[in-house]
Amino acid sequence: MSIRIRGLRKSFGETAVLRGFDLDAEARETAAVVGPSGAGKSVLLKHVVGLVRPDAGTVEVDGAAVHQLDGRALAELRRKVGYVFQFAALFDSMTVAENVAMGLRRAGGRRPGEIRDRVAECLSLVGLDGLGDRRPADLSGGQRKRAGLARAIATSPKYLLYDEPTTGLDPVTTTSIDRLMLRMRDELGVAALVVTHDMTSAFRVADRITLLHEGRAWFTGTPDEVAAAEDPVVRGFVEGDPALYYG
Amino acid sequence: MVERVADTLAAVGRAATNGLAAVGRVSRLGLAACRSLGRAATWGPQLSAQMARVGVASVPIALFIATFTGIVMSLQASYTLTGAIPLYFVGVLVSKTMILELGPVLTALTLAGRVGANISAELGTMRVTEQVDALETLAYDPVAYLVVPRVLAGTLMFPVVVLLAVTAGILSGWGAALQLLDMSSAEFVKGLRLFFEPWDVWFCVIKSVSFGLVVTGVGCYCGMNAKGGAEGVGRCATRAVVAASMIILFLDAAWAATLL
Repeated sequence: MSIRIRGLRKSFGETAVLRGFDLDAEARETAAVVGPSGAGKSVLLKHVVGLVRPDAGTVEVDGAAVHQLDGRALAELRRKVGYVFQFAALFDSMTVAENVAMGLRRAGGRRPGEIRDRVAECLSLVGLDGLGDRRPADLSGGQRKRAGLARAIATSPKYLLYDEPTTGLDPVTTTSIDRLMLRMRDELGVAALVVTHDMTSAFRVADRITLLHEGRAWFTGTPDEVAAAEDPVVRGFVEGDPALYYG
Repeated sequence: MVERVADTLAAVGRAATNGLAAVGRVSRLGLAACRSLGRAATWGPQLSAQMARVGVASVPIALFIATFTGIVMSLQASYTLTGAIPLYFVGVLVSKTMILELGPVLTALTLAGRVGANISAELGTMRVTEQVDALETLAYDPVAYLVVPRVLAGTLMFPVVVLLAVTAGILSGWGAALQLLDMSSAEFVKGLRLFFEPWDVWFCVIKSVSFGLVVTGVGCYCGMNAKGGAEGVGRCATRAVVAASMIILFLDAAWAATLL
């Protein structure tokens, strides 16, 4: 059970975003990819579920090359992967509960009562008990992130992908989202891939951290290794020092 | 001079490339929609809601426009025909024009604004806020879930809305002839029946089906390809209305040239 990325390349027009990126995310492990805004972190995450096609390189989930799968196999793979979007991407024409139920309805095999119970269970797990009838527009930023997470875990995925889970949140809510991510790993046993530019959050939730710089995995290590790194680019990013980071 | 020619050629090349790319994207969406027709379990549950939004909700504005068009047609026909042609020709003009041209075209142009812009803005917003991506990650086919029910609803409901509008236009023209012109019901009905051909109604239905397909199809295409936040959504809604209106007028001429 793992996600393997090898030699991933992706350009948009003249701009090369990924230039041979490598990464491994193992079972029950949280791998964080950090880097500045516009470095290509979200693009990287979208490759894992086949939302973006690479120019070169491979992405394998459980040994299956994502971009060689046909429609049916890709749909099967997507059921194994929960995706938490940066701005939650909740369907605004539906209630929170209907949002969470979407994946369950698609997966089939559950009666309406069972779907209701599972939705309630997921909302409770993320601390949104009793808010199922609300519209996404009526939720705060933190609640929207939680609702997005509830939707992602509803089908009991083996992997969770988090796209900037703490962006735009206050420090207290950021901590609660980080704790929630750790809880998901510990209670559900999922492997997680987090892309973020929030180093505090990365240090808190990740087992391994990779710095995405110039389209490549510039440095990979445990949080302690990253904190102790002498590399000026790593130090520049961790300390938020533009002179060090950009050289 | 050489630079100016080179710039012009480059601009033509860019426009041609963009045009071909757009044709490619339209063809790809069309093929994907045809393939997705087999996934009735995905689009089926959405269809009735879309038929209500696209069709039923459009009836009031279509009837409003057709009613006033019928009245004006009746009055202008009477003004034009005065003294030269028998007045019962008002009935001929009102019915023929409403069935063959004004009913379908005016309704379609109105719905290009109401329905086309709505679909385009809705899907465009879903695209730029990653809701379309979210559907994909939940293993839904976005074309089957979003595009097919809207296009089917437009194709099925436009003829219904247009036939109601045509009926309203003829009835209002009849009413205007009785109330505002010196005409009897018998005269108006005589004109109504004089050159009536059942084929006219089929022609009207064929046009309406094609217009429904165009308005909803263009709206879906523009929405699904929206980029760049709120400004991009606004641009795609405008593009949907302009493109659909132009295609409607082109099709209108093409159907008249080939079917009449």
